[in-house]
Order: sequence, then structure tokens, then C-alpha cells
Amino acid sequence: MEIGNITNFIQGLNTVWVLLGAFLVFFMQAGFGMIEAGFIRAKNTCNILTKNFLDFCMASLGFFMIGYALMFGDGNGFTGLKGWCLLGLKPAANGIPLYAFWLFQAAFCGAAATIVAGGMAERMKFPAYLIYSFLISAFIYPVIGHWIWGGGWLSNMGFADFAGSTVVHTVGGFAALVGTSVLKPREGKYAADGKPNVIAGHNIPLASLGVFILWFGWFGFNAGSTLSVGDGSLIGRIAINTNIAAAIGGIIAMVTVWKRFGKPDLSMAMNGALAGLVAITAPCAYVEPWAAVVIGGIGGYIVVRGVELLDKLQIDDPVGAFPVHGMCGVWGTLCIGIFGKASLGIPNNGFAYSGNPMQLGIQIVGSVSTIAFVVVSMSIVFKLIDLTMGLRIGREEELRGLDIGEHGMEAYGGFQIFSTM
Amino acid sequence: MKLVVAYIQPHKLKDVKQALYKAQVYKMSVTNALGCGEQHGYKESYRGIKFEVNLLKKVRLEIAVNEDFVEKTVNAIIEGAKTGQIGDGKIFVLELPECIRIRTGEKGKKAIG
Repeated sequence: MEIGNITNFIQGLNTVWVLLGAFLVFFMQAGFGMIEAGFIRAKNTCNILTKNFLDFCMASLGFFMIGYALMFGDGNGFTGLKGWCLLGLKPAANGIPLYAFWLFQAAFCGAAATIVAGGMAERMKFPAYLIYSFLISAFIYPVIGHWIWGGGWLSNMGFADFAGSTVVHTVGGFAALVGTSVLKPREGKYAADGKPNVIAGHNIPLASLGVFILWFGWFGFNAGSTLSVGDGSLIGRIAINTNIAAAIGGIIAMVTVWKRFGKPDLSMAMNGALAGLVAITAPCAYVEPWAAVVIGGIGGYIVVRGVELLDKLQIDDPVGAFPVHGMCGVWGTLCIGIFGKASLGIPNNGFAYSGNPMQLGIQIVGSVSTIAFVVVSMSIVFKLIDLTMGLRIGREEELRGLDIGEHGMEAYGGFQIFSTM
Repeated sequence: MKLVVAYIQPHKLKDVKQALYKAQVYKMSVTNALGCGEQHGYKESYRGIKFEVNLLKKVRLEIAVNEDFVEKTVNAIIEGAKTGQIGDGKIFVLELPECIRIRTGEKGKKAIG
């Protein structure tokens, strides 16, 4: 084969790899939909699925018109400013065609947006959700993305986030925390004396399918973020790290909940696997598999204690969006500074190898500034929506269920369900 | 002994339970029910086509009480379920000839309490 042909071939192969990643990450949208639907009550299922469906549509639109330009267009250290509707942009790094790279990034953007639906489930107005999902994907997510992946100030500092523990999960998780705090708990979640009540999910098989879909899609999320196949060694490392962290996260969360509450709670074990996945997302390319065991395991422990902590603080997060994505997103980001190896592509060796807290310090700066930006901007967004169109539905509609109230249809037409719970 | 049977709006169950609890009525059975009355149904839509739902979701409460609790129970149900609009529901009070507690074999008033 001639040299020109080989270059073309490699570029084609890399493009197929990126698109395969994009398709897998897109499928995670279904995973989020199933797990959120499974963890809430039957009477709100149509509503959460409509939100899950429409936020990907809104994210695609917002990220096409505005978001991509802010994230990857030329601009300053804070934000990009060129390439509205993808006009006038060149191929991305590695020679990946612009449109393929856009699809990959848009799928990530949709994931960040949909994380919030779970945290704000069962009581948020549908039109308010549409507005929110456009704003986060057109403005808030892309600005953070620019800081870290678009040549902004954090990436210039040496901050590393391989596949998005900060960019996607910290953003989504903290946006969910702000949203659920502004919304206040669901009717009946906390008794007058502050004790949390159980509002059980209505379909554990659906949630379980959702977790497996997410786990499956995560191989595209992490391994696809290489943007190239290379000689295969890097994507192999990422794939094994991703799998190990998820598995250990599930085990540790199950053991923790078993020890603390007496039974191996499946919903918590599943949250633990997701916690491991979120945590390994940032460091997946920079760490050894033994470190993935530690990273995922601690993620699984964090998620159980995080759920307990939220209940203590009376913050009602129906699916555990904040403990999984927010807390473990931060944990995973810091792990680069602890377990990362300079030989695998970060500026400094992690604390565990060198005793030098330099990289850890940079990771902390990145995490804290991301949290600050998300909390401030999302507070403004949700407060403004609350003051103008209203964020929360009325009490009667909440008790009756959002399926009938917001959409005039039911998820389980013809079945007899207890809409009274 | 009386059997109080009430049909109420499902979304009022929480308030009714709370009112009953305040009136010291702790025992009840709750079942899903479908029914129609003055309300004549509501509209749902499916794929652009509107349709009338005639049989509405209701909740049926059954509470067996001794005579001195009848008034309290009925008042508590009204307190929790009343909005003043059609569809609030109905309460029926029936004679209850016998009541037996399975665990002990007790009969009558003792078995209810």
C-alpha cells in the first residue's frame, strides 16, 4: 500500500472508532431513561421518559447551534467564540472529520443534561425542563468543556480529565443537586420530624436493564475518548479499567449497604457500579488496573454514604444522581492526582508514586472551579425559571401523578396501579 | 358494630389517612377501585386522539368500627377528602353483624378494637 493510502486508512479507522463511541454513548441515553423510570413511581414514568427523550433532542439542537462553538471554537481561555452552527470549522484533532467529532461530543452533552432529570424527578414542570435542558447544553456544559477539552485555562494549567468525570458528571451531578434543592423534597418524602420515608421505585428489572446499558455504553464513553485506535494498547487499558472499576464499585456498595442495613440492596449495588464507572472516567487512561480497583471501590463506598448524607440533610434526590455523578465525579477527578502516571500522559506523576501533590493540587483547582461555575450558573437558571414560569407542579398534580397532569396519558394504560402511593 | 365504606379521590388518600390517624382510627383496608359518579370522567389523549375516560380511578376504604367510633371516623374521612367539588366521593355506613379475629378467635367488639 502507498503511504497516502495508509494515512487515509488510519484516519478512516479512527473515524469509525469515534463514531462507534458516539453510537454507544448515544445508547446510554436509553440506559439513563430506564434507570430513572425504574427508580420512580409508576404514575410519573411517562413524564420522566419524555424528559429523557426530549433532553437529547434539545441538547442536539443547542449543542449544534451554540454549544460546539463555545466549547471548541477559537476564542479565549474562558470560552470559544467561533463556529456557530458548525460553520467555518476545521476537522478536529487527529484529523477526525468535524461532523463525526461533533456527534461524539453531542452525545456527551446529552448525557450531562439527562443526569439532572433523575435528581429532579416526580415534581418538575415539563416546560421548565425543556428550557433548562436547552440552556445547559447550549451554554453551561460547553463553557466547562472549553476550559478542559477546548484549550481553555484549565487545560493550559495541566488539568486532566480523560473522558469527563468533571466535564460531564460533575457538571450534571451538581446541576442536579442545585435543581433538587431549589425544588424541595417530594410530597411525603420526609415526615414532620425529618425522618425520611421510603418512596420505592416501581420497576427494578427496568432499572437493572438501564444499569447494564449504561455499563455497556461506558466502554464507548471512555475508550472512544482516545479518538484513535493507535496500536490498541491504550483502548485496551481503558476498557479493562472501566470494567474493573464498575465491578468493584458494585461489590463495595453492596457490601457497605449489607453491613449498614442488613440486606444486599440491589438498587444500591447498581448505583455502586455506576459510581465506579463515573469515578474511573477521568483517570481511565492514566492509571494501572490495580488503581482502578481502588478508585471504583471507594466510589462504591462514597455512593452509599452520599445517599445517607442527602437524606440526613433532607435533600430529596430520587435516583441518587448527586452521589453517583457529583460526588464520584469529583472523586474520579482527584484520582488522577493520586494514582495517575506521567508515563501514561499527564504532566506530573500522581501523589501515590511521587509523593508530590502538584497534580493533585491542579485537579482540586479544576474540580472546585467547575463546581463553583455550575452551582452559580444553575442557581440563576433555576431561580429565573422558578420566578417566571414556575419550576414545580402543584400539590394535587404531584399526588395524582405527572403522567396525567403534564401529558394526559399513562405509562401503563390498562394496568391497575397504585397512583395513591 | 358498623362497617364504614368510603370511595374517595386517590390523591386525597394521604390527607384522609392523616385525618384518621388524628382521630385515633388506625385500622383500615385500602383497595384500588374504578367508578363513576357526578364527575362523568376526564379526558386523556393518545397519539393525538382525545378520549373520554368514564370510569375514574378511586380508592375504596373499609373500616370496621364500634358504635362510639362511627361519628369520628366519618368526620375524619370528610375532613381529609372534601374539596367542595363534585367527585369528592361517598361514604356508606353498614351494619356489621359479626367480626372475628383470626389469631385469637375473639368475636364482636373486642375483635374490632
